[in-house]
Amino acid sequence: MGLLSDPNRRRALTNLLTRLNTPICVLCYLAGVAWFMGLAFEPFTLRTYMSENAMGSTMVEERFPAGERALVTAREFGAHKRKSGAMPVDWLVKTMQSRGLEVYTQSFSRRLPFPDENKERYMVRGTNVYGILRAPRAPRTEALVLSAPCSPDNSNNQAVGLLLGLAQYFRSQIYWAKDIIFLVNEHDLIGMQAWLEAYHHTNITGMDWAPLHGRGGSIQAALSLELSSDVVTSLDLVLEGLNGQLPNLDLANLFYTFCQKQDILCTIQEKLQRSDWDSVSGYSQAVQTMALMVLKQASGRPWGDHGLFLRYHIESATIRGINSFRQYKTDTTTVGRLLEGMFRKLNNLLERLHQSYFFYLLPSLSRFVSIGYYMPAFGFLAVILLLRALDLWVQLGALPSVTEDGVGSRALPLQSSSPSLVSILTPVVISHLTGAALYTLPVLSQELAVQHFPVSETEAVVLTAIAIYTAGLALPHNTHRYSSIAKQGWRVLKLVAVLYLAVLLSCTALINFSLGFILALTLVPVAAFVTPHVPKVLSAVVMVLLAPGCTLLYCVFAFQELQEAPVSLIDGWMLFLSVISQGMLDHALYGSLVYPLLALFIYPCWLILWNILFWK
Amino acid sequence: VSTLSLCFRINRRSGGLFLQTKMAAPLTLLVIVAVTIRAVLFRSSLAELISERVEVVSPLNSWKRVVEGLALLDLGVSPYSGDVFHETPLTIYLYHFVIDYAEIVCMVTDGITAVALYLAVQVYNKNVFRKQKYALEADRYPHDCLELMQTPKELFYVPLKVAMFYLLSPFTILSCVAKSTCGINNAIVALFVLCTIKGSALLSAIFLALATYQSIYPITLFAPALIYLLQRLYIPVNLRRQSFWLFTLQYAFMFVGSLVVIVGLSFFLLGSWDYIPSVYGFILSVPDLTPNIGLFWYFFAEMFEHFRLFFICVFQINVFFYTIPLSIKLKDHPVFLMFMQIAIISIFKSYPTVGDIALYMAFLPVWSHLYRFLRNIFMVSCVLLACSALFPVLWHLWIYAGSANSNFYYAITLLFNVGQVLLVSDYFYAYLRREHHLSHGLYLKKKDGSEATLVLK
Repeated sequence: MGLLSDPNRRRALTNLLTRLNTPICVLCYLAGVAWFMGLAFEPFTLRTYMSENAMGSTMVEERFPAGERALVTAREFGAHKRKSGAMPVDWLVKTMQSRGLEVYTQSFSRRLPFPDENKERYMVRGTNVYGILRAPRAPRTEALVLSAPCSPDNSNNQAVGLLLGLAQYFRSQIYWAKDIIFLVNEHDLIGMQAWLEAYHHTNITGMDWAPLHGRGGSIQAALSLELSSDVVTSLDLVLEGLNGQLPNLDLANLFYTFCQKQDILCTIQEKLQRSDWDSVSGYSQAVQTMALMVLKQASGRPWGDHGLFLRYHIESATIRGINSFRQYKTDTTTVGRLLEGMFRKLNNLLERLHQSYFFYLLPSLSRFVSIGYYMPAFGFLAVILLLRALDLWVQLGALPSVTEDGVGSRALPLQSSSPSLVSILTPVVISHLTGAALYTLPVLSQELAVQHFPVSETEAVVLTAIAIYTAGLALPHNTHRYSSIAKQGWRVLKLVAVLYLAVLLSCTALINFSLGFILALTLVPVAAFVTPHVPKVLSAVVMVLLAPGCTLLYCVFAFQELQEAPVSLIDGWMLFLSVISQGMLDHALYGSLVYPLLALFIYPCWLILWNILFWK
Repeated sequence: VSTLSLCFRINRRSGGLFLQTKMAAPLTLLVIVAVTIRAVLFRSSLAELISERVEVVSPLNSWKRVVEGLALLDLGVSPYSGDVFHETPLTIYLYHFVIDYAEIVCMVTDGITAVALYLAVQVYNKNVFRKQKYALEADRYPHDCLELMQTPKELFYVPLKVAMFYLLSPFTILSCVAKSTCGINNAIVALFVLCTIKGSALLSAIFLALATYQSIYPITLFAPALIYLLQRLYIPVNLRRQSFWLFTLQYAFMFVGSLVVIVGLSFFLLGSWDYIPSVYGFILSVPDLTPNIGLFWYFFAEMFEHFRLFFICVFQINVFFYTIPLSIKLKDHPVFLMFMQIAIISIFKSYPTVGDIALYMAFLPVWSHLYRFLRNIFMVSCVLLACSALFPVLWHLWIYAGSANSNFYYAITLLFNVGQVLLVSDYFYAYLRREHHLSHGLYLKKKDGSEATLVLK
């Protein structure tokens, strides 16, 4: 406490922090970025290991034999799907029943707030079919889920075929201690949402669904399967769920262990792991994998059907079969054995997966970075905001006369700033009103826009959002003309904005590290350098380039680049527009929080900073 | 000095009436604004969410439990059968009559608290000002201390600010919207403060007894009230003086008498002593370890059972213990002592909620003249702000997302409490320091003539 109570030492520390503020801030920023880049370097990461005792060793013998039959079923399913033009519900019910499951169906319907042009849907009607294999060895209080989405086109038939094949095989085994639910959901995530809401008796998103007639126990874990070819070269594990939530790391470990055991190539972010970590290309592969994970997590959307389970405290992942031009092929029987092994391990669970990490980044499937390692990267960036706030506070206190530890400073900062409290309130309120408009108006005003402009509904929504976003830049300029301004008003405003941003970003980073980190990367420099005294035009350009909207644009390009599918500027722009509409849809359909966070908090916060730049 | 005191005198003469009449309008406006905010929130969908937040309601004061108790009472069962209801009998009978107007009762209690604090601070400031004037006239302050004087201009808005800090504080609003019975306790404490400062020993003792009856801890306010009343009657705090003991006994008798009456009344209302273990046993032995913003739950959830009794005693004594040293140190400043006590209770009590914090935070404007001596106010307010934002986030991660665990939440609780302790001790230091300057001069010199600084070690 000496540091806090001894005025001399306090003054020395404050002087140091104020004098060296800018260099320290620059250092912190560089340190943050460097730390983040270092996370992918293999010697700094930990090797993944299985923490859950119940799944400790892989002493399970997988015997699933019926890969070929599963493919036959898949073709049959495909034929029926083509014939009926939608999901062949009756055929599925009959087939599942013939495999000895308790079969139920659930119908649902949902009208999207505006048409989804990517998937070409507006009014969605569909049926989920699920069969329950009752546990013969235990009271039916717990369940596992295996799901396969039924997509309208010809893909994913093999997943349904394998699911039915596994159902038949599992039915004949006696060791199941948990109910196993085989679910074929229509309209991918919307169907999954309907089923999960009905299963848990909640209605979060105002969707219409029929209640479920059959139910298993509480779901412990879920796997979602996506297979579109008879043979696969590798299996890709998708972990990122709604709002950047991740399943327990043990689930990834389980997958990795069984892939090793079955000799299947396994990838994450569709990137194969390399063994030469000490070479440049090996390191860059790890960085790319991790950066892809960060970008996907930051988007806050579920990247597979598993993403919605996480909200209900159910560990889940999507396993996606990839068929590329590589020589090495794996047949369906092996994939079936992999799933069998994973389910048998999950069947052994005594409690929910909780031993391992929930907060992690994966530079490869066998290496992970836990929260303790990656948080400092964000911490370095957040500290900049605190340092700037401290600097501003000292400046505010030191202005009237020299502060000598309370003695000799008559004019109190609070008093000198109290008249400007009203004047700083105006920009804050106006910025937030703009944010609220950005949040509500696009969807509300789509009809109006469609009537007056030659655009489709989706374009109308996206373009309205962009228009409001841009209009926001012009708005707050006018605010301080009619507000009384104290000379130091901008300092108070900046103090408020900087602290506000710090709290916002730390809360975001706790829930979704990637989103917090990406936002901090661009917003922290803005918050740190902006004053009314910097060159206006140049700073304005820099600020616009570092605004949340542009960050999103960069992310789109970076994502395409990392996926090795670079796009031209025009295509990138179109992609950017569709990403905006997807973000709004994710919010409306599944309750993703990224869009409201950006519109209601981050954007207004940036507007306040923008306002400081033009403070007169 | 003379010009300043003259100007004070003029101000005071014109200000006396001014103070009483002109301030009613802003206060009314403030109350209207506060009621509007609450009414809007009561009607919104947020009300339900807020009423289930562990930061806002505790097992002691949650509205759900009041409803449960009332239902039991209506069925003719003792509301204390079962382990849900922990309100005092008088509260439940109060709600028995006004159950349909619960929202209005919550708003009214908040209003009463604010007005009581407003009036109390007004009287207190008048006393402070008078004392300061006499001291100035007697030339008792060192000459360089003039800038430490509180001017009427500063003092004028303080009562209004106090009312505003209470009514518009997000903590109070949350607590009111959750219909937490914490509002009633706050109102009783505020009325106690008002009666004490007004100098009415009987009413003060009655409200102190009521507050004690409600939640035990306010018994520590006995000391500041006694000191204040003694000071008002010009009886020195001297253990060898008969008049001191006479008044102390008198006040203690009034307090104990009203406590006995209230407890007896509760017994006759219910016809049993069930409520004693169910209310006071519950407060003191802390059986419910639902997470809250206090320090108890985590400790006792982690602790081995056979250490429990010992640590319960330690934790509970902690709340009461500070009364002795603080009363000795602050025996000339009973109102500040009262503030310190209220703050300590709300930090260290067994089931604290944000409503308790709001009560002592409402007093902060009274000490705004200490601002220049506060050392960590910036850091502390940042910590308190950040923690308030992080509470719901970490709760979400722990309970809903399942990805964090109780340690995360407790870390924030701990930080929040450290922030509060730092805040209170900072004010304590600033108060003592100002008093020191008032008696020794503002610009201290060391013995060798160089400038000195005060260090708290």
